[in-house]
Amino acid sequence: MVSLSDHESTSRDGGPGGAAPAPTLGDRWRALPALVRFPLAAVAAFAAIVALTSVTGPTADLRIGSVGYYMLAIAGLQLLIGYSGQISLGHGAFMFIGAYTVALLVLNQPALPLWLNMIITVVLSCGAGLLVGAATARLHGPYLAGATLALAVGLPSLTVRYPELLGGSNGLAFSTRGAPASLAGVVTDTQWQAAAVWLTTLIGLVVLATISAGRLGRRMRALRDDESAAGLAGIPVGRTKVIAFVISAGAGGLAGACQAYLLGTATPSSFGVTLSLSLLAALVLGGLGSMWGAFFGAVALVYIELWGEDLAHALSLDSNVANNLPIVFFGVLLILIILVWPRGLHGMASSLAGSVRRGR
Amino acid sequence: MRSRIAPAAALMAAALLATSCGGAGETQDGAGADLDVAPGVTDDSITIGSHQPLTGPAAPGYIHISNGARAVFDHINDNGGINGRQIDYVVKDDAYDPARTIEVTRELVHDEEIFAMMSGLGTPTHSKVTDFLDDEGVPDLFVSSGALQWNQPEEYPLTYGFQVDYTKEAKIQGQYIAENMPDAKVGYLHQNDDVGRDSETGLEQYLGDQRVAVESYDSGNTDVGPQISALQDAGADVVVCSCIPAFSALAMLESASIGYEPQFVMSTIGADSATLQGLLSEFAADAGQDDLPAEEMLDGMIYTGYFPSVTMQDDPWVQLYSQIYDEYGEGDTPMTNTTIYGMLQATLMGKSLMEAGDDPTRQSLIDAVHEQDLTGPGLVPFAAIEDDHGGYSGAQVLQFRAGEAPETLQEARITDNAGGEITEPEFERPGPEEFAFHDE
Repeated sequence: MVSLSDHESTSRDGGPGGAAPAPTLGDRWRALPALVRFPLAAVAAFAAIVALTSVTGPTADLRIGSVGYYMLAIAGLQLLIGYSGQISLGHGAFMFIGAYTVALLVLNQPALPLWLNMIITVVLSCGAGLLVGAATARLHGPYLAGATLALAVGLPSLTVRYPELLGGSNGLAFSTRGAPASLAGVVTDTQWQAAAVWLTTLIGLVVLATISAGRLGRRMRALRDDESAAGLAGIPVGRTKVIAFVISAGAGGLAGACQAYLLGTATPSSFGVTLSLSLLAALVLGGLGSMWGAFFGAVALVYIELWGEDLAHALSLDSNVANNLPIVFFGVLLILIILVWPRGLHGMASSLAGSVRRGR
Repeated sequence: MRSRIAPAAALMAAALLATSCGGAGETQDGAGADLDVAPGVTDDSITIGSHQPLTGPAAPGYIHISNGARAVFDHINDNGGINGRQIDYVVKDDAYDPARTIEVTRELVHDEEIFAMMSGLGTPTHSKVTDFLDDEGVPDLFVSSGALQWNQPEEYPLTYGFQVDYTKEAKIQGQYIAENMPDAKVGYLHQNDDVGRDSETGLEQYLGDQRVAVESYDSGNTDVGPQISALQDAGADVVVCSCIPAFSALAMLESASIGYEPQFVMSTIGADSATLQGLLSEFAADAGQDDLPAEEMLDGMIYTGYFPSVTMQDDPWVQLYSQIYDEYGEGDTPMTNTTIYGMLQATLMGKSLMEAGDDPTRQSLIDAVHEQDLTGPGLVPFAAIEDDHGGYSGAQVLQFRAGEAPETLQEARITDNAGGEITEPEFERPGPEEFAFHDE
């Protein structure tokens, strides 16, 4: 997963002296073509996840799975915000589409294989992304943010409008198949589900990373830095923006599908504005402009509240304070990190790594 | 290490891809879980878990449920515990988000190793974990919701309801209105989810001919103006409100502001007078009216109830709960009916654990629930037997009086949630001394 690090247009590498140092292992790794590097990294990451879940319990497996789908959603948002510079406050809406697609497919067509459900989800959410992206391509900044926010507010209320189909405010519940019977005793259901979520996530990430490392990614970054300049340089501004929207919607939908598969439920209250804003906050906390930011953001989203809860318990506070401490904890951490390292946790990690390297 | 993980991961990935060709929705049911076990029970403690909204939009109303339960458990622990054991009450915050409920419930079962789940709150939330609790063999007692689905012994043998379900309550309201106000034109105001649907089923059995309007609201939208106007236009002089407290208050304010004064009939879920007064004053203050006589506004409101309300100061159980709350409650928050709701659940839990014996197992807890008469502090009989997990099985009809104890318009009646008759039950309501829910 080393390969998922910066694809900034300017290289951070190379010492102040400017003389080329002897190629290290890292340099040789970075010299590999993206199409080889990203899948290899994904395989290594998958191995790490399997190793990790083989020693953890069912609750931890669930959390590890949650980190997976959040990472996919945040990575999609990263492509949209961090690379193409379009702000979306409504990304949870695409997770909503993904989750309900899987829920409806499992309930109505239980014999369809999971991978086909996932593909249908990606197609549908990309379609939704195309509609929204085309409608909002001329908007930017606060106008785009407002339009996408409306999406996050409005879409979940569809469930109340069509209660027979979408289960109303109670949502849909279903059960998905766990580990195959032949593996009973070797792999638990939760391990299996976490592995399936991460396999999906990693495939998605490889696609996202490959796109952002390639020509399309360069165009997006050019757009982000200066839209007029990019247009003058011959980059089709509108089309690139819409494509970024479509891809990130697909990632969001797939993340929602993974969540529905992992939890066996799709409920409107899980996909409110809070989710969209949490994804954005996690992205900023993790670090804008790098796929690693998505990873740090997802870990923070899942674990910081837990740590906050543990802290509240340890301090044995008044319950009103204790109940809200985890959220405050997240907020304070967000402010502190952004003050000290504007590029988020990823910025912190890379500047620490940089100082270690220089010290060497 | 690395050399063994890589092939394992490769195998796993291959297996995942190969088996993902099967249907995603096929599940095979395992055998029932073993109940002759006692996780969470040590020599000196029993761990009981619950999921509640402690933060988020549902928290301000419902947080008092776990506060009430905790106060009673503290009281139990300081008075000798249960069969020599202290109760360890673990509440996890799910923020009323089903995704979080699933997570915290697994945490309670796998990490905290709870002996039983008590009072899991909410229909959208708790309905997502009944399967899981059943598979894991965790007794799922006294669910905090009036949905009909908790009473499905065949499907969920370990899940037990608590509050009177929405249909039973609506049948009793419907019959009362039909008998006592036969000429009234009746309008319904519903929450557009299972609360509304289940209530309407019950009301229609008795009020089909008198009903002139059915309006519903979406809990995300706080403007009930159109619905109230529609009820007024239809000429409804009785409005049955199957609403949560915020919307009971909004409906009352809205009708007062347009000079429409129907007789309101409230369901238990939205009739907590203390909560309503607070909400009325708050909403009025937001609209620039600081001197709203909230208590007078509620005067005359008819509501159904199945447990003693905080205004019944002569009731021995309310007196005991007030003492407990003074000692263990949350500082400056006054006791409300919602607090009593949680206290009642903890009392029934204590009673069941007492009867489960010196060496309780999950099976002996379930047996104790079946064998005991759990009516306790409630005003109507409690159903928890092999084939009826319904909880409180009926309601009284009461009328709120400003500054006084509520007036009982009709004593307890019980019924079922289908087409059955409404009957007057024979039961004895024990006082606190006769209902041992802790040692001594």
